[in-house]
Amino acid sequence: MFDSLSERLTQTLKGLTGKARLTEENISAAMRDVRRALLEADVALPVVKEFTDKVRSRALGQVVNAALNPGEQFVKIVHDELVHVMGDANDALNLQTTPPAIVLMAGLQGAGKTTTVAKLALLLKSREKKKVAVVSADVYRPAAIKQLETLAGEAGAHFIPSSADEKPSAIAERAVGEAKRAFADVLIVDTAGRLAVDEDMMAEIRALQAQLKPIETLFVVDAMTGQDAANTARAFNDVLDLTGVVLAKADGDARGGAALSVRSITGKPIKFIGVGEKIDGLEPFYPDRLASRILGMGDLMSLIEEAQRKVDKKKAEKLARKLEKGRKFDLEDFREQLNQMASMGGITSMMDKVPGMSQLPKNVQEQVNDDQFLRMGVIIDSMTPHERRFPDVITGSRKQRIARGSGTSVPDINRLLKQHKQMQKMMKKFSKKGGMQKMMRGLSAMQGAAAGGRPPARRR
Amino acid sequence: MSEGEVKNEGGFWKRLRSGLSKTRDALGTGVGNLLLGEKEIDEEVLEDLETALLLTDVGVEATTDIMDDLAARVQRRELNNTRALHGALGRLLTQRLQAHVKPFQVDRQAKPFVIFFVGVNGVGKTTTIGKLAKRLQGEGLSVMLAAGDTFRAAAVEQLQAWGERNGVPVIAQSQGSDSASVVYDAVQAAAARGADVLLADTAGRLQAKTNLMEELRKISRVVSRFDESAPHEVLLVLDAGVGQNALSQVKEFDAAVPLTGLVVTKLDGTAKAGVLFAVAQQTDLPIYFIGVGEGVEDLRPFEAEPFVEALLAQATEENG
Repeated sequence: MFDSLSERLTQTLKGLTGKARLTEENISAAMRDVRRALLEADVALPVVKEFTDKVRSRALGQVVNAALNPGEQFVKIVHDELVHVMGDANDALNLQTTPPAIVLMAGLQGAGKTTTVAKLALLLKSREKKKVAVVSADVYRPAAIKQLETLAGEAGAHFIPSSADEKPSAIAERAVGEAKRAFADVLIVDTAGRLAVDEDMMAEIRALQAQLKPIETLFVVDAMTGQDAANTARAFNDVLDLTGVVLAKADGDARGGAALSVRSITGKPIKFIGVGEKIDGLEPFYPDRLASRILGMGDLMSLIEEAQRKVDKKKAEKLARKLEKGRKFDLEDFREQLNQMASMGGITSMMDKVPGMSQLPKNVQEQVNDDQFLRMGVIIDSMTPHERRFPDVITGSRKQRIARGSGTSVPDINRLLKQHKQMQKMMKKFSKKGGMQKMMRGLSAMQGAAAGGRPPARRR
Repeated sequence: MSEGEVKNEGGFWKRLRSGLSKTRDALGTGVGNLLLGEKEIDEEVLEDLETALLLTDVGVEATTDIMDDLAARVQRRELNNTRALHGALGRLLTQRLQAHVKPFQVDRQAKPFVIFFVGVNGVGKTTTIGKLAKRLQGEGLSVMLAAGDTFRAAAVEQLQAWGERNGVPVIAQSQGSDSASVVYDAVQAAAARGADVLLADTAGRLQAKTNLMEELRKISRVVSRFDESAPHEVLLVLDAGVGQNALSQVKEFDAAVPLTGLVVTKLDGTAKAGVLFAVAQQTDLPIYFIGVGEGVEDLRPFEAEPFVEALLAQATEENG
């Protein structure tokens, strides 16, 4: 993984604390770091240049804050500027027109237009209580119309049929009529993916726009796009009157520099980001979160999101209620937590996403592996339900039985019980008021415990 | 190579060239003007060259590497004008890809020779399968398809529509069924009918999704139960427009189902192929095919020299 920009800048600007102001000379190395970070995040080069100029002029003359280290201070400048460039607030969809409000989709092949149509239809229907009709003018890709039909069914949108032997303009004309007759509030028109260099196809979508006069024309761009995002966005923006951008497939591990490129080049706001394969995965765009991601400042947000998606809410609530009632966090609950951790790809994949983790000494990193957690699960599985609920009953002979049953040894059982005790203590603090801070402290102790059964301090 | 292919050759390279024209624009403005005149090499020339490479998604690391190499030669006075620098760049780029050129071969003994297509969403897996199926048929092989993308709406229909049009049997179940079971069925069916090759589609998935990558592992596991050596090829399909995320795609997919090769699609757009240099630096995987258009004949075996040549050609054409 890339070092985070923050860490790199801290190195670069190490000698700066004594100096009073940021100057052209003392930030030139830092500017190179910023440039590199943006390029690694796939921000288009012309945009990088423009952006770094802005950052430079903003940074110059600033007094080095005694409290912050200059690296952090610099990252903050970059981050704030990124947020500013990407649009400080979220822009909503404009549907203020005589119904049906027409939304036209445009983009390259495979960008995610059809999926976005369905996601948008569902969003408008469920959140804004709109009646949404959808139609496909993609007469080229096999089964594209069928794909929209299926998705429209899932989204509960009114699907207007079309066929591959119709002309897109004819489909559009018919669709508007039908949307009116059906009293739809919104009509979303899907189009075929096209290359910006394909003049015939670009003329076709231009004609479609002229004919439909959509109130919104959304450009869908794949979050994993590289430098080409700039070319494509410029070409589409030249031909079409774009009103906004949708960043699709933003739930992967791409840094999403394409968003900055497209925003800078078209000047059009990013209105939504597409996350996940399911049709409920369309979210408003938050510039600050994407800014952190472009800068590689850990992927904590997506870790939290993944946790929210994967963690079984009912079970979590049940545990919370149980703890509230003053009951103890038992081994059954511990087992459940291990299961949930496994469903998120295990501890190693989670650690990857936490900023700074890659900076830990190698030996500490190696101590944390999924095998331990797997073994812990097996040990708990080898206990009787009674033992899991009342771990205190586990004494010598029971330990031996559990060790045999799980293929481990008595010291392993002891370590697990000790770790459980620590967690129990933590949970107790957590359930009390204001226990959060204490818990965080407890958490670091627990991490050490999980790593080797002893706090890391003693190990080093 | 068949006669038909020879006839298409001129048209194909022309198309690749026009497809790559934007890449050449980038390299052209940076490189062409500066490299083609017999000019002294100075800092500015090298910097423009670096810019041109970055603009084609070569990536910071690979670009730095290439530039260091070139700069060192300039230092040693091996390259003393921009024309020599141009030649050296072409050779360097070709050399970097040369090790990744390998003809795609089907083992006719396998019956069926199972090929998986994997990749993120929207890269063109299904379309590539269609084109490759046609190509293999042309080589006299009997081909079957497995509609393993049971997730995306109408993905099964897309493959079936293609199969019907071209007379290729498609083994499918309904949308939402278990992908591994579809592919397993298809392998059995292909074996029963004595098919030479089975091309298995899979749903697009982002490599960061642990559970989906696990599903891919399962498909592979299930198929290897039928034939230990299967899948014989696992091809990762990359969109030419992809940026540095391609590196993560190669790494993560390879960790889930060991990859055997790459296919790069959509090279006929403004998208740049530069990412291949970054990928080539990271892996030994062969680049089997590139896609440069909608037609069946537009899926072509990858060749390093003409590819780099086409990339740099416009500079010569425009300035020569």
